[in-house]
Amino acid sequence: MNTEIVGIFAMFLLTLALAIPLGKYISKVYGLEKTWLDFIFNPLEKMFFKLSGVNPDEEMDWKQHLKALLTINLIWFVLGMIILMTQGNLPMNPDGNPSMSADLAFNTVISFVVNCNLQHYSGESGLSYLGQFWLMFLQFVSAGTGMAAAVVVFRAFRDKSTTALGNFYAYFMKSCTRILLPLSFVVAILLVFQGTPMTFEGKDSITTLEGNVQEVSRGPAAGFVAIKHIGTNGGGFFGTNGAHPFENPTYFSNMLEMWAQMIIPFAMIFAFGFFIKRRKFSWMIFGVMTVGFLALAIPNVIGEMQGNPMIEKMGIDTSLGAMEGKETRIGAAATGYWSIATTVISTGSVNSMHDSTMPLSGMNELLAMMINSFYGGVGVGILNFFIFIILAVFISGLMVGRTPEFFGKKVEAREMKIAMIIALMHPFLILVGTALTAAMPEYGTATLNNPGFHGLSEMLYEFTSASANNGSGFEGLGDNTVWWNVSTGIVLVLARFLPIIGPVAIAGLLAQKKFIPEGDGTLKTDTATFGVVTLTVIVIIAALAFFPVLALGPIAEYFTIY
Amino acid sequence: MKENLIKGIRMTVVLLVLFVVIYPLSVWAIAQLAPNKGKGEMVAYKQSQGYSNIGQTFTKDIYFWGRPSAIDYNAAGSGASNKGASNEEYLAVVQGRIDTFLLKNPTVKKSEVPVDLVTASGSGLDPNISVSSAKVQVDRIQKARNIDSEKLITLIDANTEHPLLGAFGPTKINVLKLNIALDQLK
Repeated sequence: MNTEIVGIFAMFLLTLALAIPLGKYISKVYGLEKTWLDFIFNPLEKMFFKLSGVNPDEEMDWKQHLKALLTINLIWFVLGMIILMTQGNLPMNPDGNPSMSADLAFNTVISFVVNCNLQHYSGESGLSYLGQFWLMFLQFVSAGTGMAAAVVVFRAFRDKSTTALGNFYAYFMKSCTRILLPLSFVVAILLVFQGTPMTFEGKDSITTLEGNVQEVSRGPAAGFVAIKHIGTNGGGFFGTNGAHPFENPTYFSNMLEMWAQMIIPFAMIFAFGFFIKRRKFSWMIFGVMTVGFLALAIPNVIGEMQGNPMIEKMGIDTSLGAMEGKETRIGAAATGYWSIATTVISTGSVNSMHDSTMPLSGMNELLAMMINSFYGGVGVGILNFFIFIILAVFISGLMVGRTPEFFGKKVEAREMKIAMIIALMHPFLILVGTALTAAMPEYGTATLNNPGFHGLSEMLYEFTSASANNGSGFEGLGDNTVWWNVSTGIVLVLARFLPIIGPVAIAGLLAQKKFIPEGDGTLKTDTATFGVVTLTVIVIIAALAFFPVLALGPIAEYFTIY
Repeated sequence: MKENLIKGIRMTVVLLVLFVVIYPLSVWAIAQLAPNKGKGEMVAYKQSQGYSNIGQTFTKDIYFWGRPSAIDYNAAGSGASNKGASNEEYLAVVQGRIDTFLLKNPTVKKSEVPVDLVTASGSGLDPNISVSSAKVQVDRIQKARNIDSEKLITLIDANTEHPLLGAFGPTKINVLKLNIALDQLK
């Protein structure tokens, strides 16, 4: 069998095999059960909590959680603006890179605070090593924030009736130290031995074999690349991200990075089941997500392996697939697979240029971000999916004529309103943003790298990526302009915090309600039937909201070349 | 708010020490055991040396050529063409590359030109080409160097990098290493 296809199976199965034990471990961490890493982390965390003035046993309700979460995020934003706008004059800048302009710093800091990592700069020339380190810090803590928010939802369904949902700082700290740090460390070490640099020296200058001079950017990349995947952040150390031969030097490093970005999103699903002692429910969620993921990924693998029909018509040997924007050591198949993995999960790191993928592959990448809940980002993926579960519970309830219930709690008007606002905000931000930009050619069309239908896709992709907090791009877009920096910056903030606030609020409200024991008429949410209903709700919302714009972009482009 | 602000700032400082000082320094310390102490693997040739993972420009007839690069193999600013599949300007560029290749390699049939030799890579620094991309250049190099083509084929076979564990991923060739070996061939 084709070794490129076998590689994909290996990546998926390896992730699944390790996700279940990791899910168990994560559930123990949040449930304050004993784990084998206690001997290091118990004393370490005790010291950290003392230094921070935090009592980790202090219980918070859902509002207190959100206040703490938003405040600490604000601190990171302010600090980040200061660092990026002055990095040119700060230490650790061997290449003499300049400070960022205010609008670029605004976009960059927000983008890393919200776990998106949309990058309107290029790492080699746009950041000092100190700037890179600050962003690496944000990659850890933004992932930790998402996980802490997800745990509030976990807690809300574990106890029968409660307002006490644990301590934000404790969840956040434990996510960072006990989950993100050890995994990143292991991945970073493996990457270093694959050839990813970890040096504080600046650019090197060499003479090539043909006698020309070649400048080579280096830097402390391995640590950065590890957390960018473990935390599903996706921001590259170098401009071309995971396509760069230093960030992703071998096929093994490609498998490792693929594993690294999917492992926590997978594991969080199983952790949910272990935590609330409903393992079947986890498998229902995992089943729906996997069906959705495969429905997008398989066509991309096939499409990219088949190659560009316009180049095939020129009469050359296209058996390697669509190689524009791709790397030989990775190959078309693994690249097609990655293009969907990175977009369903909100990583947004790329190992090829999505701008140059086939039209329908581009559409699937867009759809993956438009749906944004097949696996999803660290922590927030499960929050996004939770919204669809609430909608599915409501619709199922209406169909059988009963008040909808979810895990023994009545879902009523207030929760439904929140769920609807969150579900509709995502298409609203994407479509309005794209439409506004398309209506202003001097800000929109002028920045495009491709004409026609594909040009519209470039603008659509940028807003979809921002609103999904994904961070990948159709990178031909000249996006370092005041308009793109500010407009996507605003979208990023709304699209990050509202989908955290919404599910946490719903979970908090449901947790306070009286528990109704299961009866004969109770809707079972851990069955395949309920999974199908949830998937249907997801597909209908995505299709209704996005089909028209997809028809104008990738679908129209498809018909021009096939 | 004020209480959260103080706790938040203190926790940020603690985590900064952990993630920005301790974490990268420990990775850096272990990297000292890695090839070239974590500064990027090097490979030596003539009086100089290059990075084995970073592709170089090859335009002379006596060397195997690598993939087209949107940034001319400038490793201080990686980049790609980002051209869409339907872009006519881009398709004309690809057509031009095919024509140029056929002109410089007159014994090669059009249907034998591998797609990776006429499309730009994602990083602009792709160090590899496919095996067929190396073989298709044999006639030209044989002529330019006046060398036995059997020897070139053997050289390509010796430099072919097989899939990981024989099972995962594509087969490929590192252009720089192949050309260094080519220079040493006598």
